Amino acid sequence: MTPTKQFATFTLNSLFLGVDVLKVQEVIRYQTMTRVPTAPAMVEGLINLRGQIITAIDLRLRLDLPARPDDQLPMNVVVRTDDGALSLLVDEIGDVVEIADESFERIPETVTGVVRDLVTGVYKLDGRLLLILDTEKAANLPMASTLALVSAKN
Amino acid sequence: MDDLIKEFLIESHENLDRLERDLVELEKDPHDKETLSSIFRTIHTLKGSAGFLGYGQLEAVSHVGENLLSRMRDGLLVINPDIAGALLATVDVVRRMLGEIESTGAPEERDYSALIQLLDRLKDGPIAATETHVEVSPPAIIAAPVVIVAAPTPVAPIVGAAPVAVEVTPVAVAAPVAVAAPVAIAAPVAVAAPVAVASEHVEQRSSAASDSSIRVDVSLLDKLMNLVGELVLARNQVLQFTSQHTDSAFAATAQRLNLITTELQGSAMKTRMQPIGNIWSKLPRVVRDLSASCGKEIRLEMEGKDTELDKTIIEAIKDPLTHIVRNSVDHGIETPEVRMERGKAAEGCLKMRAFHEGGQVNIEIIDDGGGIDLDRVKQKAIQRGIISAEQAARMSDHEGLHLIFMPGFSTAEKITNVSGRGVGMDVVKTNIEKIGGTVDLQSQLGKGTTLKIKIPLTLAIIPALVVTSGGERFAIPQISLLELLRLEAANVSQQIEYVHGAPVYRLRGKLLPLVYLNRELKLNHAGAVPQEEREVNIVVVQADGHPFGLVVDDINDTQEIVVKPLGKQLKGVGCFAGATIMGDGRVALILDVLGLAQQSRVVAEIHDRNSHLDSAAESRKPQDDKQTLLLFSAGQGTRMAIPLSMVARLEEFPRSSVEYSGGRPVVRYRGQILPLIKVAQYLPQVGAQVGEDEDAAMQVVVYSENGKSVGLVVGRIDDIVSEVITEKRHAYGNGILGSIVVQDQVTDLLDVHSVIRASDPSFNPGRGTPSAAA
Repeated sequence: MTPTKQFATFTLNSLFLGVDVLKVQEVIRYQTMTRVPTAPAMVEGLINLRGQIITAIDLRLRLDLPARPDDQLPMNVVVRTDDGALSLLVDEIGDVVEIADESFERIPETVTGVVRDLVTGVYKLDGRLLLILDTEKAANLPMASTLALVSAKN
Repeated sequence: MDDLIKEFLIESHENLDRLERDLVELEKDPHDKETLSSIFRTIHTLKGSAGFLGYGQLEAVSHVGENLLSRMRDGLLVINPDIAGALLATVDVVRRMLGEIESTGAPEERDYSALIQLLDRLKDGPIAATETHVEVSPPAIIAAPVVIVAAPTPVAPIVGAAPVAVEVTPVAVAAPVAVAAPVAIAAPVAVAAPVAVASEHVEQRSSAASDSSIRVDVSLLDKLMNLVGELVLARNQVLQFTSQHTDSAFAATAQRLNLITTELQGSAMKTRMQPIGNIWSKLPRVVRDLSASCGKEIRLEMEGKDTELDKTIIEAIKDPLTHIVRNSVDHGIETPEVRMERGKAAEGCLKMRAFHEGGQVNIEIIDDGGGIDLDRVKQKAIQRGIISAEQAARMSDHEGLHLIFMPGFSTAEKITNVSGRGVGMDVVKTNIEKIGGTVDLQSQLGKGTTLKIKIPLTLAIIPALVVTSGGERFAIPQISLLELLRLEAANVSQQIEYVHGAPVYRLRGKLLPLVYLNRELKLNHAGAVPQEEREVNIVVVQADGHPFGLVVDDINDTQEIVVKPLGKQLKGVGCFAGATIMGDGRVALILDVLGLAQQSRVVAEIHDRNSHLDSAAESRKPQDDKQTLLLFSAGQGTRMAIPLSMVARLEEFPRSSVEYSGGRPVVRYRGQILPLIKVAQYLPQVGAQVGEDEDAAMQVVVYSENGKSVGLVVGRIDDIVSEVITEKRHAYGNGILGSIVVQDQVTDLLDVHSVIRASDPSFNPGRGTPSAAA
């Protein structure tokens, strides 16, 4: 029996991404959010998840992709990170797939930019690539924006 | 990790802490038998457990320590700085070993032979033994056999008793005080019995104490607090529903739920409360070691050890407090020589006070050292580019002192590894502000320094004011709240003034800077100047002691909210201190008043604004020729004047109301004691004491400065004029500033300051005096 892993998948713009299923706490539909004024743009807001306040990050903006059209409501993928739960806003939720470890490959040269930094590798599925997202890195917002925020504050 | 080992570690750490405290205590009172016994027992227990768990080196080190203590316990040795030092070093070593056990499972293999030899040598110190043996009078010799009986009781092996007995008796026999020997041998039986009973007693009492408390994991308490927090939120939601439904049975149940939740909240918070004494207990040793290495003598007094604080607060202030104490010892208190030169006692005093007041915990650290040299502080700040020379000149003393809290500041001549790296005080202030507290500094050169810390009692559940602005709801912690203002639409344009383009509101005479929340947070409707038709709601808050007004759209109500921290992604956002869930389930952000103040530059601006106003006032004077003067006569025929701006009030007192204090005339005035100065006395050119009209009331001009007042007794108050001053002639001395022509007559201008100083040199201290009651 070849070793396999399970991933929760979702789409973002034209990308097909996956996260280790064990890291996913739950997947829920769009929730009303409370905006956080003066926060980085990629922080979409805060949601009340059964009494817990969770930060929601727009994964499109985090990956430096074009913003979602206004009429399209995102879905919440709530992941567990070292500092607590975090919600990633994605376009559409896909299935949970089980893939053999041996299909794992390093990210191809064609993928550039922020996506390259936050993706640990790819799996080749029929016809398309599944990019595996590093949730810890995604949870760490880029220093540049926080630095800019700090200097603006001072 | 093995439960047994975990238990061992927890207990050993506790024991070590107690051991440390006891050692410092014993140094102060070397013959305190109880402390000595306690120390011996602790090391003995440590040795036993270490042996049982197979930690050979730990056992070896404890064993040598125990031997040394055994000698002391038997009265053959008295503690001295060398012994204390060695034992404290042993404590440090054991602590390190415990840490290693915790992280890697076993102490690192090190060479402890040096320490072991030292302890061994100290134990044997032959000179020490006989000399101290002679010093140690009979009571100690009798004590020896007593302890033999007591020791075996907690520790099973009777084997232990034998070697100890063997050690003691030969020495007792060898004692120069030969008479005592038979007493010693005869005594054991008689004296032993009561002691055995006593020790049993003690054991029973201590077991009773240990039964009523229970050890709980901190994470469990955290979980409990979280759940209580959730309950509070749910309760808030239920209460919201009751206002909509009129079912009385439901309302009654909801009310019952409300009461129970409030009580549960109170009790849950109490579980996390710990006495501040827990962190203070480390300080005696810190002070001892530090003062020894700095060559100073310092007495540490602690008041309010039982004051309770939430555990998270205790964690947060542990390091700041230690740093402040180290600063006081290292830089604050002078060496004994310097102190004696200054007429102070050679021993410096460092006092720590903790108490609850006004919903906050107050912690004060007071030293009677050299105080903070304000000028040096300002110089350093200018040197380091923190402020400009002008700002330094315009700063108040209080602000000047607080310069030491700026990042990158340090006036230490030498950077010791104790303090002086310029990172301490600003970190202290930041850490305390992070938990919502404030730090205030007062100092008098040559006399000492006082640091006052105020921290809110609880972090998790706080009362807050809910406001709406830009379509969003925000919560403002009540602790930052001063008052609420509402300006009617019609008055807005008049009441909001602009100073250098920044909006201010005149609140009871003082200018209150205004911050528009919508603008600051770039919310909807931002940038739009408030429309004339709308009323303006101002929430007056204070940050760092500076009040300012927050302009919001609407003020809702006050509620108790549960503070939930923001995720690390939002750590950089300075305006928000956290978030909470409102009664309707939606998330609302909690404003960080200090962060808002800093972001909107209100805090920095306040300084600038004051200095602008000052310079504006100054620039006005030379051009303004008209001065308002108070004319009076000091004695026969003298016409005098003082600027009306110096006059606080004009009063009349009957001569009978004059009393004498310290040989000086005073009157009781508005609840204060007002010293009186007969102006005529200090003006030599006025004729000899003119016979005063005994019946007439005294005319007094009250002058105030820095909160202190003095009454200038004049002959007769004539007039108040506002005139253009023409000829001026300067004259110095004799209590006169100069002569001017007023109403076509030559009038002398009274030099108020010199007259007051001549009468009472201590009236004008020069620098702001720290108010005693603050």
